[in-house]
Amino acid sequence: MSVLAAVDYYEPWWIQIVKSLAIFAVVFGIVPLLTVLERKLIGRFQQRYGPNRVGPFGLMQPLADIVKLATKEQSRPTTSIGLLFALAPVISIITAVAALAIVPFGGVQDIFGTPVGLYGIDVGIGPLYLFAFGAVAFYGFMLGGWASGSKYSFLGAMRAAAQLISYEVAMGLSLLGVVFTAGTLSLVGIVEAQREMWFVVPQVVGFIVFLCSAFAETNRTPFDLPEAESELVQGYQTEYGGARFASFMLAEYLNITVLSGIAVTMFLGGWLLPFGIHPPGWVDPLVVLAKILIFICLFIWVRATVPRLRYDQLMSFGWKVLLPLATLNALVTAIVVVLA
Amino acid sequence: MASTRWPPGDDVIEIVRGPEPGGAGGAYRAFGETLRGLKTTFSRLLEGPRTRQYPEDKVPVYPRFRGRHKLHRFEDTGLEKCVGCSLCAAACPADCIRVVAAENTPDNRVSAGERYAAVYEINMSRCIFCGYCEVACPFDAITMGHDYELSDYNRDDLIFTKEMLLAEPLERTPLRAPGE
Repeated sequence: MSVLAAVDYYEPWWIQIVKSLAIFAVVFGIVPLLTVLERKLIGRFQQRYGPNRVGPFGLMQPLADIVKLATKEQSRPTTSIGLLFALAPVISIITAVAALAIVPFGGVQDIFGTPVGLYGIDVGIGPLYLFAFGAVAFYGFMLGGWASGSKYSFLGAMRAAAQLISYEVAMGLSLLGVVFTAGTLSLVGIVEAQREMWFVVPQVVGFIVFLCSAFAETNRTPFDLPEAESELVQGYQTEYGGARFASFMLAEYLNITVLSGIAVTMFLGGWLLPFGIHPPGWVDPLVVLAKILIFICLFIWVRATVPRLRYDQLMSFGWKVLLPLATLNALVTAIVVVLA
Repeated sequence: MASTRWPPGDDVIEIVRGPEPGGAGGAYRAFGETLRGLKTTFSRLLEGPRTRQYPEDKVPVYPRFRGRHKLHRFEDTGLEKCVGCSLCAAACPADCIRVVAAENTPDNRVSAGERYAAVYEINMSRCIFCGYCEVACPFDAITMGHDYELSDYNRDDLIFTKEMLLAEPLERTPLRAPGE
């Protein structure tokens, strides 16, 4: 079965375009707010206010940031490789947006007589699609770091490579348990399988492993080794400035949103609410967005708490702790599913 | 010099080391400590911000705070206390005070003494706010005020003239109440 065949056939082509634009617009509207939310929350965690000068409650801060970055001069080192240097942020953004397509915001709804799935696409290979684009996104860091022609960037890129191989296997295995239990790879199907109970309860080990891997995947503390400010200036982003740097930041926040969305879908019941509450269909996307927001707050909370791990600590954590845990979890789940 | 006596006496404290890092136990402990850290940061969140919103909310200074200088007049006669003796300029380690004295005449009486300061300038970009001028002054004509907002766009604007030092500052800095 090809990927295209799995795309919902019951939707006319223009609905696909409209809903992809809608998802794109909503998430791109949220991402700037995330930056200000992060800075304000981090401030609160450190008993200070955070940005509160630009606009009411500092809400216009992202606008000021974007204007500042967009009006800056584009410069690159003489040792850099122009095409790859320019291509790297583009790869990061494209992969992040592509991964966004599979996050389901709701089931199939009847809107003005047309059945519409409240998601970008419902691919039959769900998590694999995510991992595929996650792996391609890594080329953004790698090419960006290498093409910068700078030692800091290169070290950051190498760290990104080492980090990728340490956590990505564990991340895949941590989702296996969910896939076993649900019996499907379709993310919409996985959400529907959580009607009885969110998978975070039976798959708590998988959830924790996924959580740790998600921090690594999004290059956030405690696993922000590729962009370790104190050691590597800004890692693979060191030589980037202006709009290209903004693209990297946008991709990072998009990745956070996507991974929160995947976590919500796989473990926290997507658009389903506990205790048998069944709101009307139009509430579903709001429920998903609220859950994503809570999950992002968790990201920020952890960032405000945990210091950065050392390089070898991350590797041993990935290989010696996360991988065995995820494998055991998958094995036990498989046995339970077969016996039950 | 540490004692080389052996066996050690009672005053030697045994070093208590934590458990060996790494392994499953280490991972378990790290997880627990992470949760403890999360609890700590969350309680900070609940406590609320402790910072002052500076331009709106100024921290009150202590009475002995050494800020911008003030020149004084006698309250009853309105005459300047400064007699242009230049002792402050002599005491100034940063050499930022310039005094040019002139004679008082019966129809132009500025200060209470024989002479007065025709020019009294303090270069605030040089001043180190040590307060020696205040100590040196025999007439308490110059004292250190409480104002510390002295930034300006121009170096020339930081040379405070006698009129500026005699006048009240434009914005008053709050003073700490007793016991605050």
